[in-house]
Amino acid sequence: MDAAEGEKNTNIFMRILNAVNWQKNASFIALVFLVILSSFLSPYFLKPQNLINIMRQVSYTGIIALGMTFVIVTAGIDLSVGSVVAFTGSVVILTMNAYLNVYNNEVFAIVIGFLVGLGVGGLAGAFNAVMITRGKIVPFIATLGSMAIFRSLSLFIGNAGEIQSHNELYGSFGMGSFLMIPVPVFFLLGLGFVLNLILNNTRYGRYLSAVGSNQKVALFSAINVNKIKFIAYTLTGVLVGISAILLGSRFNAVSTSNMGLAFELDAIAAVIIGGTVMAGGRGTIWGTIFGALILGVINNMLNMVGVSPYLQGTVKGLVIIAAVYVQKQKQ
Amino acid sequence: MKKILFLALLVVLVAGVAFLAGCAKKEVPVAAAPVAVAADTEASEITPAKNYSGKIGISLPTATHGYMGRVNWWVQKAVGDWEASNPDLEFLVVAADSVTKQAADIEDLMIKEIDALVCFPFDSSLTSVIEKVYNSGVYTVVLDRGATKPVYDVYLSNDDEGYTRKGTQWIAEQLGNKGKIVIIEGIPCEINTIRVDTIKATAAKYNLEVLDSQPGMWNPEKALAVMENYLQKYPEIDAVYTADDDMMKGALQAYKESGRDDIKIFLGGGADKEVLKWIMDDSNPLVKANVTYPPDAIATGIGLAVMGLNNQVFEGFYQKKLPIRIILAAELVTKENAEQYYVADELNFK
Repeated sequence: MDAAEGEKNTNIFMRILNAVNWQKNASFIALVFLVILSSFLSPYFLKPQNLINIMRQVSYTGIIALGMTFVIVTAGIDLSVGSVVAFTGSVVILTMNAYLNVYNNEVFAIVIGFLVGLGVGGLAGAFNAVMITRGKIVPFIATLGSMAIFRSLSLFIGNAGEIQSHNELYGSFGMGSFLMIPVPVFFLLGLGFVLNLILNNTRYGRYLSAVGSNQKVALFSAINVNKIKFIAYTLTGVLVGISAILLGSRFNAVSTSNMGLAFELDAIAAVIIGGTVMAGGRGTIWGTIFGALILGVINNMLNMVGVSPYLQGTVKGLVIIAAVYVQKQKQ
Repeated sequence: MKKILFLALLVVLVAGVAFLAGCAKKEVPVAAAPVAVAADTEASEITPAKNYSGKIGISLPTATHGYMGRVNWWVQKAVGDWEASNPDLEFLVVAADSVTKQAADIEDLMIKEIDALVCFPFDSSLTSVIEKVYNSGVYTVVLDRGATKPVYDVYLSNDDEGYTRKGTQWIAEQLGNKGKIVIIEGIPCEINTIRVDTIKATAAKYNLEVLDSQPGMWNPEKALAVMENYLQKYPEIDAVYTADDDMMKGALQAYKESGRDDIKIFLGGGADKEVLKWIMDDSNPLVKANVTYPPDAIATGIGLAVMGLNNQVFEGFYQKKLPIRIILAAELVTKENAEQYYVADELNFK
């Protein structure tokens, strides 16, 4: 091979590199890369059941992370999601149990449980929203407060123990799958699809970015900033409700002290790895889903390879820092 | 330039993961080496004559408080012992920081085709996950408050009720069936509720007055703060019962700093090494006893999984299978018997 030909090869290589929008697809590329790496490191990784497991494992925090994306795009944060999962999950199971004590219809009990879950989650989100919009409390502080409140309420109603569901069907609903794809994954992808449309193709989505980029300018442009924020937090609450229903049904029980613990961290990490800017104004739903999957693959791979469980946090931390670093280069 | 940075990051990531993988593989001989020496002297513990085999998954919570730290140490010890004497045994240990992560961990172990599972669950909400494992034919050993239905081959539990009943009885005996006690509780959970309810019920039976009961979260710093509040609030206290040695040390520190001299008894629990040493040497007039809550139950659980998987039972046990429920006694430790509970090696990580 002479020098000219070598240079040509490099040129082609460079051109391919240039053709890929690295930053925009950073999370997707990182995910593909991780999957390839994992399949080399562990013979178990590519087993279909393992891939299905990963998808299901990430969908609970993934669904929450979708809402968190909206909140972070408005330059806000919601730390209460983990506690609201426990609280909503507890109320859902208690409601279903109460209903089953009177009527013996498991299907209808699930429907009622589902509605109650959406309602309680939405109300919890609205509670945060009111504190932030009407009360003018910084989101970090407001949701830090509600994080403590909802965890303690769950501990109180469950006497710090577990609340068992008497509805066997509820337990199989969350573990069920359709076309080999587990139910929670359907929810994650379906909600992701809808929310992606809302974020990119509706006026609300544009206003959301406007509020996050520059709240003052948005206000002067006659955007109802409070309303935009209110919807974002309430929507997150509803999504947290859905996640709680699915998670509760997976265990067919709610552990009031442990359920949803540290979910806020995983959800925020997924959003950030997915390329949404912490300062607000910009974000993508698919990026968040890839972010959630990256976290799931890392957790799974480290178990499969047999890395000490105590080092797993280090890897997770490095990935989050790397993601933010790449973001910084973009700005 | 940016592309290069991004690529460089990816390379760093690969290197990091490869390094971690390397570490993970190297860990095995390091852990096994010192135990091989120990195996000679402790031949009575594990009979090397039998040839045990199988792949055993162990799932537990991460060490967020002292007790779990000891549980983790005992896992390493048991795994090292067994691997040294039976090279055909393989152990996979995973630790989770939440109940959701633990469910994922157990699924991961199933993918790796384990023959037996030893599970120290966060709480009983994991029952449905464990049920799937058990129904798929994996030999299942569940520890403590792990399951709401019998989805296990062996259930191994500490006796939470006896644990605080013995402790409260001992306090009552020392105080001559009268006096004022304060309780420092653990993290709100079912185990904690049973313990605290038992203390209150037993105290009432022996005419002890329970002044207060606040959570110290199984954490010495939190317990210290709770104790400081108690010392301000109650001018007269006869005994402090924490049912946990970490918290007891915190409470003791608060008492020392206060300069008061009315409290006669501090009772923890769980047979912490340092506390056992005090009791053995009679070196702390406030700490004279302890109640066991053996963290080495996990080691026993691993042993049971090895035996059960290989269709073995205890010597002199006429049944074909291991008992399905085993409750470990909570034992009162005083100067007379402290020595036999003292494990000089414990938590000396090599």
